[in-house]
Amino acid sequence: MKLDINGQVREVDADPDMPLLWAIRDVVGLTGTKFGCGMAQCGACTVLQDGVPIRSCITALSDVEGAKITTIEGLDGEVAEAVQTAWTNLDVPQCGYCQSGQVIAATALLTDNLKPTDADIDAAMSGNLCRCATYHRIRAGIHEAAKMLG
Amino acid sequence: MLPLKLKPETFKPSRRQFLIGAAATGAGLSISFRVPGARADDAKVDPNPFNAYVTISPDNKVTILSAHMDMGQGCYFGIATLVAEELEADRDQLEVVGAAGNPKFYGNLAWGGVAQGTGGSSAMFSSFDRYRKAGALARTMLMNAAAAQWNVPAGEITVEKGALSHPSGKQATFGELADAAAKELVPAEVALKPRQQWKLIGSEDFRRLDSHDKATGRQQYTIDLKLPGMLTAMVAHPPLFGAKVKSFDAASAKAVKGVVDVVEISRGVAVVADNTWAAMKGRDALKVEWDDSTAEKRGSTELFAEYLKRADQPGDAVAANRGDVDGAMKSAAKVVEASYQFPYLAHAALEAMNAVAQKNGDTVEIWGGHQMPDLYQAIAAQVAGVKPENVTLHVMKTGGGFGRRAVTDADIIVEAVETAKAIGWKAPVKVQWTREDDMRGGRYRPLFVHKVKVGLDASGNIVAWQHRQVGQSILVGTPFEGALVKDGVDATSVEGVSDHPYAMDNFRSEVTNAKVGVPVLWWRSVGHTHTAYVMETMIDDIARQTGKDPVEYRRTLLKDHPRHLAALNLAAEKAGWGKELPEGTFRGVALHESFGTVVSEIADIKMDGKGGFKVERVVCAVDCGTAINPDQIRAQMEGGIGFGLGSVLHEELSLTGGKVDQTNYDSYLPLRIDEMPRVEVHIVPSDAPPSGVGEPGVPPIGPAVANAVASATGKRIRILPFAKGLAA
Repeated sequence: MKLDINGQVREVDADPDMPLLWAIRDVVGLTGTKFGCGMAQCGACTVLQDGVPIRSCITALSDVEGAKITTIEGLDGEVAEAVQTAWTNLDVPQCGYCQSGQVIAATALLTDNLKPTDADIDAAMSGNLCRCATYHRIRAGIHEAAKMLG
Repeated sequence: MLPLKLKPETFKPSRRQFLIGAAATGAGLSISFRVPGARADDAKVDPNPFNAYVTISPDNKVTILSAHMDMGQGCYFGIATLVAEELEADRDQLEVVGAAGNPKFYGNLAWGGVAQGTGGSSAMFSSFDRYRKAGALARTMLMNAAAAQWNVPAGEITVEKGALSHPSGKQATFGELADAAAKELVPAEVALKPRQQWKLIGSEDFRRLDSHDKATGRQQYTIDLKLPGMLTAMVAHPPLFGAKVKSFDAASAKAVKGVVDVVEISRGVAVVADNTWAAMKGRDALKVEWDDSTAEKRGSTELFAEYLKRADQPGDAVAANRGDVDGAMKSAAKVVEASYQFPYLAHAALEAMNAVAQKNGDTVEIWGGHQMPDLYQAIAAQVAGVKPENVTLHVMKTGGGFGRRAVTDADIIVEAVETAKAIGWKAPVKVQWTREDDMRGGRYRPLFVHKVKVGLDASGNIVAWQHRQVGQSILVGTPFEGALVKDGVDATSVEGVSDHPYAMDNFRSEVTNAKVGVPVLWWRSVGHTHTAYVMETMIDDIARQTGKDPVEYRRTLLKDHPRHLAALNLAAEKAGWGKELPEGTFRGVALHESFGTVVSEIADIKMDGKGGFKVERVVCAVDCGTAINPDQIRAQMEGGIGFGLGSVLHEELSLTGGKVDQTNYDSYLPLRIDEMPRVEVHIVPSDAPPSGVGEPGVPPIGPAVANAVASATGKRIRILPFAKGLAA
């Protein structure tokens, strides 16, 4: 089947029931999208489907045929850049394993809401688990990115 | 997370001709400052700090070989800071990689240098002199090489930001001088900068090296490794601890497209496939019959009941005993008694356990989060049937760890090596656990019961303290038992109780090592996860019962402990202790030393009017000796507070009939962002050698919040997690 990942349409030879996560990682070979739980509980596998964050670990390949998938490797634009710059400036990551998902979720939040409050952030980001508990800086990073975006 | 506190060996680099490391590369012969393969077979070679710790290549890259594994705590950056400070390297030329295979070079000095390992928040303590000296030696040899080339006195050469220069106008990069410097004699002695001249140590501007890679998905972990022809394996593990494979039927697993092999290994049955999904489906289809005749079948409820009963009797071992506790208790005007229950806890690191193994000729290579490399090398060699020097370990950064990657039987390494061997070494094999494997895989923070009896005189002074604990020892039954368990006392069970700082004339700490078939392990801050909670809530309770201010009361018991007092006073001052709080807001304090670092935390909670509360703000003061990377100290305190808060609020790994009840993040509940308080961290200024920060932020947060809850409601939470204890 055909998969549009990061603007590139590829022929992917995989079972239609294979979760998008494993197709991205094992078949396409992009490893920025992470496996954490396999049941949409941690958000480490977050990617964008037509601009909307989804959990790739529970999304079957057959459900995304024809959709535009964006992974951390293909994430671009002013908002994503601001988020990643803020993440770097504030040294948000510790182990970093969840951060692809955090960055994608934060980018989606700021795309919808340029001036999120702490409560907005908590609501939008509570599906993304960080076992290092870098939450304090995730909040600060989102505010910092919002400031950069003016 | 090994809590060893052994005297560090004095570090003395030997004066000898420097060995030139010559490695053939695609670009020709590159000379570097390192003997390639500082491995077990070099063990007879005297440690030369330079060839083991720093490589400078002709392309001007400075590669630092870290003796400690980075699981997110930032030790790679700390070590890079120490080297760069003395080497005068530029941040952009620095890279840090994990090294393994020779305890003479990489032995943890907090453990007497006998073995390499990461744990007990000891990386900066062990590295402080070692890596500064490595940087200073490298800089001196570069300067000597430049002096010889330029025919000028070395003393006239300036080194700055990765380049050397002379007032005559001569200049060179590190890379340009790398070959020549490698041929210089290693100086016998080298002076380190006085701290007044430090530019990077203690700097707020020198920032972590890996944040951008981690914010852009570029950081590679073991799960991301892809070797040519690599296969992925999922292992079917026994449903009960101690059960074994009786028989299995591989037919339906093998029928799954992509499954290549199904093999029995010592820890279960491995399904090997050409991709992860196929391995998962294959394992789901696999039929295994288990022999659970010797398996552990008790559940948490039974264990708590047994432990509570056992704690009514004197402990099997005495960890500390001073004065006359029994006599003083009899004469006490009042006796306060309390019992506490702590559940098993899972590390639940986001990157589930994994490792990759392959054999090339006589050499076995293993990629993974090698937290105890020497042990893993020895075990892997035995399993693979090769000599230890023929096992090469590639140390990967891991997606969390919290103690889980330091396992004395090398569980995940054994699975990878056994599986690769069982398929005839025909391909590299990655063993990848799922979340469920990880959660059900054991190695938990042990379940513990504490029973405390405190005698007070008529004025409310403590006259006797009897402290009993029942729980599994982490060290009994491991290769460390002989050296580290003394007279039945495993320090990792009682640390924080047996050595607490409060002034008490009559004190006894007893412990009974429970025998349970559930594997246990160090979990970020180890024994302190429960001992700090008991000590700090008991002290707080006594203060309140006797009408004393909890901060003031601690001060009176800590007169001889200036570091504790300083941390407590700084936290109290910054939090505004004693000032009036807004309606509905309550405050609690805790203070605890672990791994040589003293941390005080003051938590403000807001009651929601329905019996619930939210932790809104935490003020933290930390004394970790010399602050190498202040912002990383703050980061570890912030993270430690979130990690510890989640553990007391919701985390519980329970067993029913020996079977683990929680299998994923839907039922095992680490903290999420909506419960994260604002955190302010203040660092106590210090010139003492550095101690750690990875763990010490964790222990005080639970009792600080519990003390705030008691202040709000009068209720003492003594059954963890709070979700249970509040209802009890």
